[in-house]
Amino acid sequence: MKDTPAPTLTPDGRKIGGVLMEMKNITLRFGGVEAIKDISFDIREGEIRAIIGPNGAGKSSMLNVISGFYHPQEGEVWFRGAKRPSMKPYQVARLGIARTFQNIALFDGMSVLDNIMTGRLTHMKSGLFGQALWWGGAQREEVENREKVERVIDFLEIQHIRKTPVGRLPYGLKKRVELARALAAEPKLLLLDEPMAGMNVEEKEDMSRFILDVNDEFGTTIALIEHDMGVVMDLSDRVVVMDYGKKIGDGTPTEVRSNKAVIDAYLGVAHD
Amino acid sequence: MFYREAGDFSTTYQQDSQTFPIKFDRYRYYIVLAVAFGIIPFIINDYWASAVFVPFLIYAIAAMGLNILTGYCGQVSLGTGGFMAVGAYACYKLMTAFPDVSIVLHVLLSGFITAGVGVLFGLPSLRIKGFYLAVATLAAQFFLVWLFNRVGWFYNYSASGQISAPERTVFSIPVTGPNTEAWAKYMICLVFVVVLAWVARNLTRGALGRQWMAIRDMDIAAEIIGVNPLKAKLTAFAVSSFFVGIAGALFFAVYLGAVEVGEVFGIQKSFLVLFMIIIGGLGSIFGSFAGAAFLVLLPVLLKNVLVGGLGWPTDLAAHLELMIVGGLIITFLIAEPHGLAQLWRVAKEKLRLWPFPH
Repeated sequence: MKDTPAPTLTPDGRKIGGVLMEMKNITLRFGGVEAIKDISFDIREGEIRAIIGPNGAGKSSMLNVISGFYHPQEGEVWFRGAKRPSMKPYQVARLGIARTFQNIALFDGMSVLDNIMTGRLTHMKSGLFGQALWWGGAQREEVENREKVERVIDFLEIQHIRKTPVGRLPYGLKKRVELARALAAEPKLLLLDEPMAGMNVEEKEDMSRFILDVNDEFGTTIALIEHDMGVVMDLSDRVVVMDYGKKIGDGTPTEVRSNKAVIDAYLGVAHD
Repeated sequence: MFYREAGDFSTTYQQDSQTFPIKFDRYRYYIVLAVAFGIIPFIINDYWASAVFVPFLIYAIAAMGLNILTGYCGQVSLGTGGFMAVGAYACYKLMTAFPDVSIVLHVLLSGFITAGVGVLFGLPSLRIKGFYLAVATLAAQFFLVWLFNRVGWFYNYSASGQISAPERTVFSIPVTGPNTEAWAKYMICLVFVVVLAWVARNLTRGALGRQWMAIRDMDIAAEIIGVNPLKAKLTAFAVSSFFVGIAGALFFAVYLGAVEVGEVFGIQKSFLVLFMIIIGGLGSIFGSFAGAAFLVLLPVLLKNVLVGGLGWPTDLAAHLELMIVGGLIITFLIAEPHGLAQLWRVAKEKLRLWPFPH
């Protein structure tokens, strides 16, 4: 593994640590289609890392590789300084990687509270019989985790809908509940797949604030996919740009913005 | 007016997650328990026990079991009859092999044996879903009934191929066999129901229940937050089969006394219990009771009205009864697809505001 870069400070004074996750030469194929072609990049501790690119560039596939849904044919995933073996998604979750989905993936039949409590499942250890009899251990665990969840609920300002079935909520709140569920797991790395898709300006501002707050207060490392360039440029510390499964740019928002290949991918190339 | 949350504050998270958050509900529940334990045993007679209360209680256990699997974990099963047969035959073998051990222990052990069998037949659920899983469990149903019919060891090579329950006592009161009194049958079933309902409630409100519901609502999202689908589905099969096995054991040992497997635990039984949870409400403990009550009481009620009240011939009434029950089920499902539990929920929400809805 390459040597860890020294901690640096961002312009706004947050500390960026060593490499948390590193993707090395990832190639992912579906039959003959190469969704991701030989991409490498790293995510450093405490940073907000954006992955952008036009539709079909392979961004979501990349997120699915990180969270264990897809297993790349070539390349390695390194997490916290060790090579990660091929894992099922639930094992990845136990490593401390949580995510949200592009299309909301909440449990519609359950209340907001129960949905967020599911985020604590990786931290709950009591056995079948303990739970069946609601014995001291199981009950204590339930209460402890409930306290953690209540903190997340307070943080995201969704106290008033605690007991509401998720199916009844409007879109913006559902997105927030999904974020809450991911946060409740106290992840080391939080993956957000288009957290602002389909939101109006006000909701986007709220969501941006929450993302910054999460990063700031909990020190959670965040990797996000987003189409709203304004949001990406404002939020992220570093940006990976993908197009047709290839990496065409990587760097700070300012660097990426002036990158010729990126401009061409987004605006098209003049044929003369 | 009395049915409200106002003024009833939870100060701890334990209080907040209790089963009946509203005071009125809590008292109603205590009253139901008091009547069930303190009054009914003293006035029950043979007719009420064998036509109404005992089957209702036993079906309530089976319905809770299936509801855990289908309503909470989203895995459809048509093998309930077969699993009840496993419970019944396990209980029979245990009763005859270890006559000195308490029947209560036998019934519990039958539950555990059925849980093991359930896990075995639950293995396909890891690969297949929905209708295909239903067909796989159907195979379990037919296979198990065939097994108990054909393999003499299970019915101790009796000439009739039937199994019949010898007399067993609890606190030297007979609860199985021909000398059992109505109230004793009722009481042993009631105790099992109350304990198992409490267990079901504990499981479904805790971490395990959330895993099941997460798998039911969206299995991909469940996996991403750390639910091991294999473990979640198999525990659902195990717990569900445990309940169903106990129901089968009680059905054989306490209720019927003698059983011929194809007749009693056939595919009709699977459908009956499935109808109970669909009509009662999927994913609701109360719904399991409501559905069991509906399908046990309705035929009895109709028979009493048609034969006793209107004086129709019994055979005509029996056929009409089937048609009426079928018709009612369809009407009911169109009017309220989420079952009696949903009706109850809506009624409670309305009641909470009554009589000042603004």
